[in-house]
Amino acid sequence: MPRKSPFHARTTELCTSQNWQEWSGYFSADSYALDHMREYNAVRTTAALFDVTPLFKYHVRGRDAGRLLDRVVTRDVPKCREGQVVYTTWCDDDGKIIDDGTLARIGEDAYRLTAAMPTIDWLQDNALGLEVEIDDVTHDFGGLALQGPTSRDLLQQLTGADLGRLPYFHLVEDELAGSPVRISRTGYTGDLGFEIFVETMYAEQVWDAIVDTGRDYNLQPAGNVALDVVRIEAGLLLIDVDFVSSAHTIFEVQKSTPYELGLGWTVKLGKDSFVGRDALREEKTRGPKWATVGLVVDILALEKIYADYSMPLHLPYTSWNCAVPVYAHEEPRDPIGKATSGTWSPILKQYVVIARVDPRHAKPGSRIFLEETVEGRRYPVPAEVVKLPFFDPARKKETLS
Amino acid sequence: MTAAGTNRYDAIVIGGGHNGLTCAAYLAKAGRKTLVLERRHVLGGAAVTEELYPGFRYTVCSYVVSLLRPEVIRELELAKHGLHLLPLQSSFAPMENGDHFATYPDEASTREEILRHSKRDADIFPKFEQLMYQMAYAVKPILGMVPPNPASPGLRGLGTLRDLGKHIQSLGQDTFHDLTKIMTMSVSDLLDEWFETDIIKALFGLNGIIGTKLGPKSPGTAYVLLHHYMGELDGAFTAWGWQRGGTGGVSEAIASAACSYGAEIRTEAPVAQVIVKNGRAVGVALENGDEFHANTIVSGCDPHVTFRKLVEEKELPEDLVHAIDRFKFRGSSGKVNLALDALPKFTAMSDTSPVQMVEICPSMDYLEHAYDDSSYGGFSKRPYMDIIVPSTIDPTMAPPGKHVMSIFVQYASYDMPEYGNKDQQRDAFGNAVIDTLTEFAPNLKDIILHKQVLTPWDIEQQMGLTEGNIFHGELTLDQLFFFRPAPGYADFRTPIRNYYQCGSGTHPGGGITSGPGRLAALEILRDRN
Repeated sequence: MPRKSPFHARTTELCTSQNWQEWSGYFSADSYALDHMREYNAVRTTAALFDVTPLFKYHVRGRDAGRLLDRVVTRDVPKCREGQVVYTTWCDDDGKIIDDGTLARIGEDAYRLTAAMPTIDWLQDNALGLEVEIDDVTHDFGGLALQGPTSRDLLQQLTGADLGRLPYFHLVEDELAGSPVRISRTGYTGDLGFEIFVETMYAEQVWDAIVDTGRDYNLQPAGNVALDVVRIEAGLLLIDVDFVSSAHTIFEVQKSTPYELGLGWTVKLGKDSFVGRDALREEKTRGPKWATVGLVVDILALEKIYADYSMPLHLPYTSWNCAVPVYAHEEPRDPIGKATSGTWSPILKQYVVIARVDPRHAKPGSRIFLEETVEGRRYPVPAEVVKLPFFDPARKKETLS
Repeated sequence: MTAAGTNRYDAIVIGGGHNGLTCAAYLAKAGRKTLVLERRHVLGGAAVTEELYPGFRYTVCSYVVSLLRPEVIRELELAKHGLHLLPLQSSFAPMENGDHFATYPDEASTREEILRHSKRDADIFPKFEQLMYQMAYAVKPILGMVPPNPASPGLRGLGTLRDLGKHIQSLGQDTFHDLTKIMTMSVSDLLDEWFETDIIKALFGLNGIIGTKLGPKSPGTAYVLLHHYMGELDGAFTAWGWQRGGTGGVSEAIASAACSYGAEIRTEAPVAQVIVKNGRAVGVALENGDEFHANTIVSGCDPHVTFRKLVEEKELPEDLVHAIDRFKFRGSSGKVNLALDALPKFTAMSDTSPVQMVEICPSMDYLEHAYDDSSYGGFSKRPYMDIIVPSTIDPTMAPPGKHVMSIFVQYASYDMPEYGNKDQQRDAFGNAVIDTLTEFAPNLKDIILHKQVLTPWDIEQQMGLTEGNIFHGELTLDQLFFFRPAPGYADFRTPIRNYYQCGSGTHPGGGITSGPGRLAALEILRDRN
């Protein structure tokens, strides 16, 4: 049986659809109502509350905490100041990505790492000879993501911390409804938003405070169906969908590098040695084999295909997550890559897709073809290559003066 | 002012309503130096949002969106310019006996709700929805056609008639018969063929009378129902949505697109007259005497304003003058907008979750009585109301914890002298609305912070819509397609050369469609290339 998150008593009351899935060993709501649109719109219009407790969480403390992490992850850890959070990947010796997550510096020699996969073993393996203490606090903390345009105003009602001045990817420790919490200006939605980590004993009172205040801010609890749509709009990759952890596959073809995933910016080759550096340096010189890009599907062309069946255009209102081939030409021969997830974006009024293609076809503005299945038949449908993210509102990073 | 210099444009659009703006955007996108002249201080015409009470924004007239043509959204990239539609997926209708009927975003919940009322109707409901979907799909290509003149079609018109014929043929016999019935029947008769539950009939039936001075038992109202179901939201037929920031947000998005293509927009620039020389429109004169010149003049106003106010009668053929004078406006609806201190509590709703749409239309007879009440003038004592509380999904409308309520009301007459002067008429009408609504939501009067009441006369005065008709003329078969606004004048051109029409009084107008604006612009570009 999956585990119940410390918010489960609350979420289960609200999850009238009983639409649950298992996420890293926890029950996790896919959508609270049968239809996810209200939850999606809350993220982009008001505020949505996600239970993100299942994220793996590690506290790394001690004199060598920074050294250990700098050795493991691709980002430059010494440059991460106290109160700062960085998004990072980490790789194996071959430079193949194992996982990604956020690394928060929560003290002079203290860090919190979140991960999609269990990572304690990897951290311990790399800590040989270092003075460092690694705690898996995954089950000790509840995590909430409060995301959307009104999230800051809502949260500000509950804390003395000045959230208006909290910069993007920074964190503050404060009280929320009398409970000690860490609030970071982070999220997986590409919108203005915060993540709140709270010890399980305080979890329900934090949830209640947010939900009570949230009534005035059109707050909506939201689940994975809506989250997957917004993360695609935000051009954020999902493990086991857009890439596979090298720790979870023995097949080279399934592995990928940060460069191939468009995450080359997280790789700081200039820093001290870290796991995978040599391979990544070599790859950078050689040039990655794949480029991860956004595709905007030509829906007029898709509409024409449906018209051949005397049908109106059908659009994917929920995201799809199974890889389909991408072609350079209209003839479906020799794929130049694969599309890994896609969705109709209600806010952009575009059908957007994340794909991994041959770098020669990755130039924004290029026209390539994506396989679409209409009534059981496959068709190459034109799509335009664009830079990720698809949706990037100014409010995501803006601070209030 | 001289004809040369800065007052010279390629095209001038009169009226910054959503169709005028759409037309301007397409003309500007095609490289035409385009000017939009709007009488009011705000853009949008009847698709306008205004803050009449500090912190509270009203979607003053129109309030929901569905008919906005998807090609316009795409071609003008309106999402990039702020179009942000939130689907309205649930509705709630309190009944006189304290019970209610509701619909939900998912089929299963709606089916459960119908089962409470009728097992048979629970089966019928999806079939009826399918019919509406099918009709919307059948009508869709017609919405993008320039109506030909069947009496004198010309080569292009023949082409359109052929396409229309082919399309009708492709529908198959059954669909064509359904479509014909819907075009001609009363909404009440149509619904009697389908449902046995009165509240369900009432909930559909109300769509047949919106903006129309007819009761649900009047023939022709079934089409008005279809008109409300032929829209789409992200490809989902029949769906309705709320624009973030009210329908003014739609106008702002179109205006932003127009400006991005180089159009110039002036507000507080009321046009007094189109300047016509030798049967040719050459410019416009503002009320303050300023003149602007262009070899294309487009009116986004309704047919009465376009033909009977902006140009002189002598410029027009007699048949057109007569047709426009006979064109039915007959505004029949009003609007009440409220700023609320809290959410209204409906007695019939035990569930506390906020509902997106509330229909005060407890029975089919209620609707017909409301019509009877007003058919000799005045307003319905207990009117039909289509209500939304947009602040429950859109934080830009009211401060946190406060709300705005948009109440569309029918029926009200253009002139209601039995209630005194216009102020007294407005007060009496507003009170009838609030009193009736309070029967269903008893806390309403205690939470009202501010109210705006618009009778059809007010709508005419403020928005310039003749007799306050929200569609620029009723949506009856005799005023659609070939006949909108007059037989022989439905192709966006006018008898005055270089003078065009692009308002909702032309095809496929009525509601926020942007269809007339787009089609008119394409015709203008055709003529001018």
